Amino acid sequence: MRLAAPFGSLIDRDAPVTFTFEGRTYQGFAGDTVASALAANDVWLISRSFKYHRPRGVLTMSGDDGNTMVQVGQEPNGLADILPIHDGLAVMGQHYSGSLVADRDRWIEKFSSFLPVGFYYRAFFKPKGIWNFWEKLVRAKAGLGRVDTSTPHGYYDKAYAFADVAVIGGGVAGMAAALEAAKADVEVVLVERQPMLGGSLNYTRIDVEGTSGPALVQELLGQLRAAKNITVMTEATCTGWFTDNFLPIVVANRMVKLRAGQVIVATGAVEQPAVFRNNDLPGIMLGSAAQRLIRIYGVKPGQRAVVACYGGTGYGVALDLLDAGVEVAAIVDLSATPTDNPRRQAAVDRGIEVLQGYGLREANARRDGAHLAGVVAAPITGNGELADEQRAIECDLLCMSTGWTPAASLVAHAAGEVSYAERSGSFMVRAVAKNMQVAGAVSGEWVVDAAIEEGRQAGAAASGQDANPVPVPRAPDDRPPQPWAIFPHEKGKEFVDFDEDLTVADIRNSVAEGFGDIELVKRFSTVVMGPSQGRVSALNALRLVQSHAGRPLEGARGTTNRPPVTPEKFGHLSGRGFEPVRLTAMHDRHVEADAEMTVAGAWIRPAYYGADREQALQDEVMCVRNNVGLIDVSTLGGLDVRGPDAAEFLDRVYTLSYARQQVGRARYVLMCDQSGTITDDGVACRFSDDNFYVTTTTGGSDAVYRTMLLWNAQWRLDVDITNLTGGLAAVNIAGPNARAVMEKICSEVDLSAEAFPYMGVRLARVADIAARLLRVGFVGELGYEIHAPAGMGEALWDALMDAGAEFGIKPFGVEAQRILRLEKGHIIITQDTDGLTHPHEANMAWALSRRKPFYFGRRAIAAQMKRGLTRKLVGFTLAEPDGPLPEESHLVVRDGEITGRVTSIVRSPTLNRPIGLAFVAPDQSETGQSFSIKGHGGRMIEALVAPVPFYDPENSRQEM
Amino acid sequence: MKLMPCPLNGLRNISEFVCGGEVTEMPPAVTASDSDWAAYVFMENNAADVVREWWLHVTSGYWFIAERHTASDEILRTYPASELFPKRFDFEPLDDPTEDQGGSD
Repeated sequence: MRLAAPFGSLIDRDAPVTFTFEGRTYQGFAGDTVASALAANDVWLISRSFKYHRPRGVLTMSGDDGNTMVQVGQEPNGLADILPIHDGLAVMGQHYSGSLVADRDRWIEKFSSFLPVGFYYRAFFKPKGIWNFWEKLVRAKAGLGRVDTSTPHGYYDKAYAFADVAVIGGGVAGMAAALEAAKADVEVVLVERQPMLGGSLNYTRIDVEGTSGPALVQELLGQLRAAKNITVMTEATCTGWFTDNFLPIVVANRMVKLRAGQVIVATGAVEQPAVFRNNDLPGIMLGSAAQRLIRIYGVKPGQRAVVACYGGTGYGVALDLLDAGVEVAAIVDLSATPTDNPRRQAAVDRGIEVLQGYGLREANARRDGAHLAGVVAAPITGNGELADEQRAIECDLLCMSTGWTPAASLVAHAAGEVSYAERSGSFMVRAVAKNMQVAGAVSGEWVVDAAIEEGRQAGAAASGQDANPVPVPRAPDDRPPQPWAIFPHEKGKEFVDFDEDLTVADIRNSVAEGFGDIELVKRFSTVVMGPSQGRVSALNALRLVQSHAGRPLEGARGTTNRPPVTPEKFGHLSGRGFEPVRLTAMHDRHVEADAEMTVAGAWIRPAYYGADREQALQDEVMCVRNNVGLIDVSTLGGLDVRGPDAAEFLDRVYTLSYARQQVGRARYVLMCDQSGTITDDGVACRFSDDNFYVTTTTGGSDAVYRTMLLWNAQWRLDVDITNLTGGLAAVNIAGPNARAVMEKICSEVDLSAEAFPYMGVRLARVADIAARLLRVGFVGELGYEIHAPAGMGEALWDALMDAGAEFGIKPFGVEAQRILRLEKGHIIITQDTDGLTHPHEANMAWALSRRKPFYFGRRAIAAQMKRGLTRKLVGFTLAEPDGPLPEESHLVVRDGEITGRVTSIVRSPTLNRPIGLAFVAPDQSETGQSFSIKGHGGRMIEALVAPVPFYDPENSRQEM
Repeated sequence: MKLMPCPLNGLRNISEFVCGGEVTEMPPAVTASDSDWAAYVFMENNAADVVREWWLHVTSGYWFIAERHTASDEILRTYPASELFPKRFDFEPLDDPTEDQGGSD
C-alpha cells in the first residue's frame, strides 16, 4: 500500500510505470525499484534461496543482500531492491521449478539434514566416479539465474576521470568532506550509489519529530550546489580500490576509471540482521529497509510490526512505523537496561510495549509458508541464551535494528586494517592506507554532528589544508557489551548467511570439523562467498567461528575483502570490446580483389585471392614461378639503425658479421636470445656506412626493437634506432617477368642483373614514389621488395598492377607465399622453429660468425653444441606421394619413441608432390633416410629425408 | 592501477610499461664457464627486497631503471639507465677466432 506524500521522496506519482513480474502486470511510479513497486502492490515474495528454495523477500532495500535476485530478460541476478523499473520491464523470480509461489523444488529443504555443511566435498568424493552420477542433477539445481549464451554484447564503455580528492559516499560525512576539500580550490568528485545525496538521513529518524535529518541534508545540498569545483556523481558505485587510488566507478553502462590524489571513504555502514529460527521469512527486514520503504518509496511495509533493536535506532523505526500507519505490537529491546534516548520515551509515550532485555526465539510463517505471521520473544539470560518463558506476538513485519557493520571494503582493498572491536560490537577501521581518509559511520562515528565534523576534517586533510581539528565527540566507551543478536534454536534454520542457506549449526559443524579459522570456514562452508559477499553475514559468522573455536573476538579479522565491492557486469569489464587490428595501406585493394583475409599477428593479410582456395593457390604459385606476382609484405618490420656504431651494433645483435658489409648490399640477419634460441630473422640493408635498414619478421618488429633499445641502453654505442614499421608499406614483386615490369616504372636505377644483382639494395623512385629497393628472394624467384611510405602504398600497388597488366601480373597471398618459400626450403621463424631451436638444429650454422666475441646466444650455442645435437630440421618427401598427407605438428615416431615432428608440409604445385620440413633425430637426418610420421587416426606414413631447396637447388632463378 | 614515475614521461599508468626483469651483470662473454652462463640466463634472484629492474615505457621506447621493493611493490626511485651505465661498453676481442664453435664469417 502506498503512503501519501511527503512519504516517498524519490517516487514521482505523476509518472506511473507499468511492468510485469512473473508474468503479471503491476504498476509503480518512476523512481521505484522492482522491490518497492512490488511491495506497494503487497507482493513480498521475490525470490527463492539457493540451497533450500526457501521464500525470500526484501532484506536491506539497499542492494546489500542477495535475497531479491531476479532475472530480467537475458540478464540474471539483478537485485530487485535497487533495480529501477521502467515501462515494459519484464521481471521473473529466480531459482524455482514451476512457479515462484509454488516452487516444485521446495522438497529439497526436507532433506536438509542430508545436505550437511561441506556437502559437495563429501558427497561426490567417494566412491570414485560417483560425481558422474550426481553431476547432472547438481548442475541443473545449482547456479543462480539463467545464462542465455545467445545474449548479444550490449553497449558498455569506459571513461577516464581525474580528481584531487575523491569522496566515496554522499551521506552527510561525505558531503561535509567534499565541501571542506573544495575550499582549497582543488578538483573534488563526490560519488554516491543512490539516486540522491544524504545517505541514511534520507530515511533514518534521528530525532523525535523526524525533521532535523531532512533539514540537515537540504542545508548541505544548498552548499554543494554553490560549490564550483565539486562534481557530483549519483547512481554511481565505486566497486573497488586499486593501487594509487585508481577507482572503478560504475555508472549505468559505463565504467569510469577515476584516478584520485586522495580518497575519502565515507561509505557508511550496513545494518545487520538478527540470527534466529526462520529469520529469513519475507516480512522480516532490517529496520533501515522498512524506513527506506516508508520514506523513500512511500510504501507501507506491513500492517502490524515488531521491532528488534538495541535501544536508539530501533525506536526511531518504531516512530516511523506509527507515522506510516503501521501498528507496532512491541519493541524487543535486546539491551538489558533502557537507554536514555528521547525517541525511546516518545515511543513509550505513544503506547508501544517495550520488552526490555528480550531476544527472539523464532519466527513463524503464515500457513502458505511465504510470509511472516508472528514472532516468539523471550528474556535473554546469557549470550545466545533465552529463558523458557516466552511471548508470542502476531505480526506481518519484523524490523531488525540489531547493529551495524562499517561498509569498509574500500579500506580493506587498500590494505587498511579492519577488525572486530568489542567496544562497538562490530568491525572497526583501525588503520587506513596512505592517501586515504575515512569519515562518518564507516569509521564508527554514529552521531550525526560528529560525523559531519569528521568529514570536514577529512576533507581539510585530503586537500592539504590545515585541518584545525576540533575534537570529535565520541560515544562513551563505558557502554557494557551488548548481547549478540544470535539465538541458536534446537530445530535450527537460524540463518547466518542467507545467500548459501547457512545456519548456526553449519558454522558450528565447520569449526568442529577442524576448520577453526574464518578463512577456512569460508572455504569449507561457503559462508560470505555468495552474492552479498558477507555484507550482512560476515559479522555474525566471525562471532560464531571465534566463539566455537575458543578464540578472542577483539582484533579478529574477517575474510580477505577483494574487489569488486558489488557485482560488476562482464560488459563493464569488457567495455566496447575493442579488438584492434592493423590494416596495411593496400588493404582496400585486397578487398576489391576479392581476397580472403586472414589474421597474422596483429595484422589482417590476404590469404589468397578468389573464392576457390585450391584453384587460387595453384594459380598464384604458378604465376610467380612462370610469370610475375605481387604480394603485400607491409607486415614485415622495418628498423632504421643509424650512427657511427651501426655496424658494430648489428654485430652484437645478429649472428652474422656486418662490419665489412658493402654499401648497397643486403645481408641475412638471424637473431637469437641469450639462451641460443632463434627468435627472428630478416635482412640488413646497408645504405651508407652509418645507416642500415633492417627488416624483421611479421610480428617480430616490436620485440626486436625493444631488445635493441634495451641493450643499447647498456652498451651506449653511438647509434639511433627507429621503428619505421607502421610508417612503411612494402610489396614484393617476384617472378621471371618482375624486372620487365619494374623497368616500366623505375628508370632511375639500372635494374640489370649486373648493375643491381641479387642481394643488392638501392634507394630509388618507383612510379615517382621514393622507395627502398631490395633484391631479395624469399620465394626464390627474381624479385624486388619495395619499401615506401605507407601513405603511398596504394599508389605503389596500383602502379605495379598497371605496369604488370600486360604480363598478366597477379596478386598472391600469404598462403601461396608459404608454399613458394617451402619449395625453396626457407624456414619461417616460430613455425619451423620453437622455443628451444638453436641455429645448428635448423641447419643455420653458416649464419654464425666465428670472428665475433659476442652476439646474442653465442655463448649458449657453444655450450649446447658441447652436448651434441638432439634433433635436426630436415626436408622430406613422402614414400607414397599420392597417399594421405600428414599435418603440421604430427609426430615423427621411431620404435614407439617421439623423435620429432612435422613443422611445415604442403603439396607443391610446382613439383606436384608433397614436400615438408620436420624435426628428426640426428641419426635419421641423412638424405635418403626414411622415417615414420604418425598421421591421422594413428596411421604411420613413411617419409624420406630430401635435400633442400626442393626447387631450383642452384638458386639460379632468384639471381637471374 | 599503479602509477609509474617515468624519468622521461613523468607519472603514467603502469599499463604503459613493460618490466624487463632485474638488472643483472653479464658474465665475461668469452671466458665465462658454461655453468656461469647458464646461471646468468636462467636463474633469477627473486629477492623479497629492493630490486633494481629494467622498465620500458612502451610507446616512447624508453628503457630506464626502477628500484622497487618486491614485497610491498613500492617503487622507491626511477632514473635513466645512464646512471648505471655511464659509458660505452666493449667486449674483449677473441684471442683465436677459429676456436669458436661452428659457422663462418
